[in-house]
Amino acid sequence: MTTLPLWIDLVTAVLVVVGALFALIGAFGLMRLPTFYQRIHPPTLGTTVGVWSIALATVLQFSALEKTASVSAILIPIFVAMTMPITTIFLMRAALFRDRLAGRPVPPNLTVKGNVARAETIDTETVS
Amino acid sequence: MSPVLMWALRVALFCLTLGMALALFRLFRGPAAQDRVMAFDCMYICAMLGVMVLGISYRSHTYFEAALLMALFGFVSSTAMAKFLLRGEVIE
Repeated sequence: MTTLPLWIDLVTAVLVVVGALFALIGAFGLMRLPTFYQRIHPPTLGTTVGVWSIALATVLQFSALEKTASVSAILIPIFVAMTMPITTIFLMRAALFRDRLAGRPVPPNLTVKGNVARAETIDTETVS
Repeated sequence: MSPVLMWALRVALFCLTLGMALALFRLFRGPAAQDRVMAFDCMYICAMLGVMVLGISYRSHTYFEAALLMALFGFVSSTAMAKFLLRGEVIE
């Protein structure tokens, strides 16, 4: 096995550990927080900082190994950044829909006409 | 590979495995179906990061293609499940 300069290994190590720690913190928040609407936030730590820093670590390591710019690993965070909001929006809408069906206290559906008027009156009342 | 990087990769794999275990806990515990889908989402992201870390440690490009496929199929399956929860069917 070829040996690389020490600073490349050090930077790779820091990036990998930071990414894994962020993913762990996200999973911990997913386990720990009380309601679904709070739990939907922490996994985004893993899908932003986690994926980006581990992908940058692989790009650095492979570019140093092959002595060319090897940037194919950047495809993964770009793909995740494009797809994760879609999943999250669908899940959020599904959760709101199911909670409304069950009659739990969630914000009203604003695409229904009467609800918009109600929301506006609530807004002006709270402002004034 | 220097011992610093070797230990960093081990620590990272441990953290990601622990994260998968926490997400698995939420997958079994989660009171509603959307909690379980969210936990599955978090779990496949952790598994994909683990495959990327393995790719650094074995110095092989094959693992990144595997990670890309995991991201693709994880997105498709979790979006299909969320759509099913929203509408009662996946393709209308």
